[in-house]
Amino acid sequence: MEKDKLDNRAPVAQKPLVYPKVDITEIGALVEVDVNNISFKIPLGTTILEACRLNNIHIPTLCYHEDLCLAGVCRVCVVEVEGMRTLQSACTFPITNRIKVHTTSEKVRKARHHILELLISEHYGECYSCHRNGNCELQKLAKEYGVDSYTFGHVTERRHKIDRSSYSVVRDMDKCILCKRCVRTCIDLQEVGVLEATHRGYDTTISTFLDKPLADVICINCGQCINRCPTAALKANDPSDEIWEAIDNPQKHVVIQTAPSPRAAIGEEFGLGAGHSLTGELNTALKMIGFDKVFDTDFTADLTIMEEGTELLMRLKKKLVDKDESVMLPQFTSCSPGWIKYIEHFYPEYLDYLSSCKSPQQMFGSVIKTFYADESKINPADIVTVAVMPCSAKKFECNRPEMDDSGFKDVDYGLTTRELAQMIREAGLNLPALPKTHFDTPFGDASGAGLIFGATGGVMEAALRTAYELVTGREVPFKNLDIMPCRGFDGVKQASVKLKNVLPAWNFLEGVELKFMIAHGTANAKKVMEALKRGELNDVHFIEIMACPGGCIGGGGQPIPTSPEIRKKRAEAIYSEDAALTLRKSHENPYVKYIYEKFLTDGPCGHKSHKLLHTHYTKRGKYID
Amino acid sequence: MLKNKSILFDREPLGDGLSNALNKFPQDVLLEVRESGLKGRGGAGFPTGTKWMLASAAIAGKKFVVCNADEGEPGTFKDRVLLDDYSDLVFDGMVIAGFAIGANLGYVYLRGEYSYLLKKLENQLEKMRTENRLGKNILNSGLNFDINIRLGSGAYVCGEETALIESLEGHRGEARNRPPFPVNTGFMGYPTIVNNVETFASIPVIMSRGSEWFNTLGTSKSRGHKLLSISGDCDEAGVYEVPFGITINEVLKLVNAKNTKAVQVGGASGYCVPKWEFDRQISFEDLSTGGSVIIFNESRDMLRVLKNFMEFFVEESCGQCTPCRIGNYKLLEGIEKIEKDECSMTYLKELVELGKSMQIASKCGLGQSSPNAFISIMNNFEDEIFSKTING
Amino acid sequence: MIEIKKNALSDEIETLVEKYGNTRDALLPILQEMQIKHGHISDFSQQEIARMLDVHPVEVYGVTTFYSFLSSVPKGRFIVRLCRTISCDLAGKENIAKAIETELGIKFGDTTLDKKFSLEYINCMGMCDQGPAMLINDRVFTKLTPHKAVDILKKCK
Repeated sequence: MEKDKLDNRAPVAQKPLVYPKVDITEIGALVEVDVNNISFKIPLGTTILEACRLNNIHIPTLCYHEDLCLAGVCRVCVVEVEGMRTLQSACTFPITNRIKVHTTSEKVRKARHHILELLISEHYGECYSCHRNGNCELQKLAKEYGVDSYTFGHVTERRHKIDRSSYSVVRDMDKCILCKRCVRTCIDLQEVGVLEATHRGYDTTISTFLDKPLADVICINCGQCINRCPTAALKANDPSDEIWEAIDNPQKHVVIQTAPSPRAAIGEEFGLGAGHSLTGELNTALKMIGFDKVFDTDFTADLTIMEEGTELLMRLKKKLVDKDESVMLPQFTSCSPGWIKYIEHFYPEYLDYLSSCKSPQQMFGSVIKTFYADESKINPADIVTVAVMPCSAKKFECNRPEMDDSGFKDVDYGLTTRELAQMIREAGLNLPALPKTHFDTPFGDASGAGLIFGATGGVMEAALRTAYELVTGREVPFKNLDIMPCRGFDGVKQASVKLKNVLPAWNFLEGVELKFMIAHGTANAKKVMEALKRGELNDVHFIEIMACPGGCIGGGGQPIPTSPEIRKKRAEAIYSEDAALTLRKSHENPYVKYIYEKFLTDGPCGHKSHKLLHTHYTKRGKYID
Repeated sequence: MLKNKSILFDREPLGDGLSNALNKFPQDVLLEVRESGLKGRGGAGFPTGTKWMLASAAIAGKKFVVCNADEGEPGTFKDRVLLDDYSDLVFDGMVIAGFAIGANLGYVYLRGEYSYLLKKLENQLEKMRTENRLGKNILNSGLNFDINIRLGSGAYVCGEETALIESLEGHRGEARNRPPFPVNTGFMGYPTIVNNVETFASIPVIMSRGSEWFNTLGTSKSRGHKLLSISGDCDEAGVYEVPFGITINEVLKLVNAKNTKAVQVGGASGYCVPKWEFDRQISFEDLSTGGSVIIFNESRDMLRVLKNFMEFFVEESCGQCTPCRIGNYKLLEGIEKIEKDECSMTYLKELVELGKSMQIASKCGLGQSSPNAFISIMNNFEDEIFSKTING
Repeated sequence: MIEIKKNALSDEIETLVEKYGNTRDALLPILQEMQIKHGHISDFSQQEIARMLDVHPVEVYGVTTFYSFLSSVPKGRFIVRLCRTISCDLAGKENIAKAIETELGIKFGDTTLDKKFSLEYINCMGMCDQGPAMLINDRVFTKLTPHKAVDILKKCK
């Protein structure tokens, strides 16, 4: 029964049928199938949908998503299989023998029409007053199938209340089409388990435990559900009205920091495919919109590397030299607020393993309202800090009560990539066509190490580039400083680097094999934490965890839709942007050196840094009141 | 108790089907069941022998036998009688199934509404254990097989075999994608056969009296006898055993029904037979049913009957797939419109078309058969219904 | 959120987990027993069950709300369920319904103020040859008349 328990994460019904991988040249490994009177061969067990996609035959889908386990509930992808009375859902039907499939026969077209009309009849609201107008899968299908009337009527009253309790995710269940993507994301992909279908039949609703507001349950705000929702049922909590107000207020000095992941993805909102980084163009747009200063979050990413790297080396020293058993290793990164809330809820006893460093966004907030305010002689009470992030959890993060070390709310607003794109459109700007400009001083352009934070493994790579050089005096032994073991989308990566011939000051690290792990997506974070619980990670030193699959480039605030292919392209954009820079190590960033000389004079992890750049966490636990 | 004399379950000529089966090889038991032509008695009518052979051929560490006692189709109560009076046959049938396919554990999924039968059934199982007809080394054959009873909790959809398995696994009773079928991937992912109570009860009978004898009953495509649970406007409602091929007229005579306007065969998901089709037969090839026969006399309003059925489906749908969840609601809404004289003929036709789409696009049997009543009553009782829309 | 006090309910659930196992397929039997004992499965119970079976609380809630016989909110000590499917409907369930509503002073879907009775409709309970029929907790009553139904209610202590 033990094995059954582990396998029970998703209902059997939803796990794709797994056929053992066979050599394609073996007899029986390939099956011939006829689709719309065209024959081709595909490996045994391929679903009709996959087979058609491989052969450029279009089948519309709605509940199907590449990242998620199968559902087969929307019935939009139904096709006719000769010999079977009922239509079969193409996304779930594995081909095991020669079948004849028709994807657009009369029965199929009629059924799809009816299904779309049924969904629309229950879908509250109109397209023109909806934030997903133009990027809605239901709308797209309605257009594709020529739906031009409310055949089955149209619901005129709301059945649910909009849940705006959370800082990050807003739920409008009247627009939900019950595709269950959010459920599969939250329970299967992220293993957080906040959303599930409740009640039965016509009353079925996607809801939380006891229908409590989202803010009262253990939602970690990762927003992965938003990214995968095909309609407007889920969205992030949008502060752009207040930001516009601040921009229009001549009294307010509005500064904005932009993170690498939005820059790598915002082009998708303007018709470019995935993988075009528009950093320079975005700076121009932001200035034209009316932001007073545009800063690069990569600056504080570099700062994070200094602080967190020093913290790690200090912990190592305490452990190896002082034999201090109270020091917690491995050290976990702390820049992902989704991950922070996850560990606060699910593994609150392990908070001491987290680095005490704030995320780059929050570090920037406190630095802007102190250092920058001083340098530019502006009253910090008049400064409004906005952060453009790929992240929905950052909206929760900037509202955490302890994030006011500057004496004011450090970061006033977290803005997602999507919301920023909307502001740019409202300002009438065509982003890709704008000229490029640099970031503003006193923070300037940052290093490539700070930039690669956006991809999973990036923080680790940036940390290694600095820590290794600090300790040995030499650059990391990887071509072009590209630490390949850190890159890629494997759920949990593990690697190590040997520290040999270290500088005299770091003698205690001579011969030490620095072991590190990288995990992305909270399901993988869970794997790592469970391994930690079992005592299997005692010799690992540093672990990077990102709550979102793919790292920040797959964050909850990024353009919709998302897919493994899109995330791969966004990551490639980030790594290319890094490779093109001359400055690629955090500790060489001249602006970082400047701030330590002028402001954070006690150095990394010194008293001043601790006050402004470090934080503490809250034990939350799993129990819902 | 059955209201008429049973031939199939007559105890007199019945030997010990279980020991007969255990004295054969599993392969022979499978052949016997296939030769008998026994088809599932729950309503779907899948050939039992084929199902068992597929499960037997599947290679897996474990296999399961599940008895579907979630009889919930409106008008069906024959399993209740079987479990009350013939539970020994039902359980014997399950043990024989386990022997034939290579399973060691069986579950009875008993609907929550029949929980008053639980004690009686548990006692029967205990009795079988003391008689070495259940448990380890049954009747010294080497077979280990035991049965657990699990209760349902008030969901008609759990009568669908994959929804039943989901319910057993502790999930919401939502049907699965098929293929893969339960005979390959069933309970906990292992090969599982799910059969109706009556199907299992027939097994020891076939083992004892032989498939040849079984083939003398019924029609060529529907072998054997069927238990019908007859209710509605008749004097002698109850459970009757009838041969397949019996006509509606004969059934009406059996229960002394007078002034019959319509007969609903197969429950809410079945077909509404109008007067001029009363010479049709109850069999898998003609009017198929799991046992439910509901009789309506001339005084009954067919629209009200239809509304009752659609309300049933709207409440019992599991809600996961679009056509069933929203489609059933739209059909019910249509009926309410007709009642208020607000339904046009065009819209009615559209609803019938919707029903046809639901029949082929829904994920499971519930959505595929819920429009049956709507379509058959709309078609067969046009005059009654249309007299309401003419004014609308 | 951090405080989880182990109490009598936790012990009770632990016993049930020992009886039925600590895997997900034990969920329904455990919920059924808690429902019978307490009349509902409370917020705390659901979370404890979720913890012991290693499932998410919202999944337990999803299962509880799916089945008609399970409830997250307290119901009356006697849950009266009147069959409303066609055979019982034809046999006269409307009159029974009216009589019960009048007797208890509540409408279908409600619970009496003294928490003694909850009144619900149920779909075909398999007593079609003896309708109208109703369930009170797990006891079946058939061949009802308005008079008989009210009598039965009066006898519920």
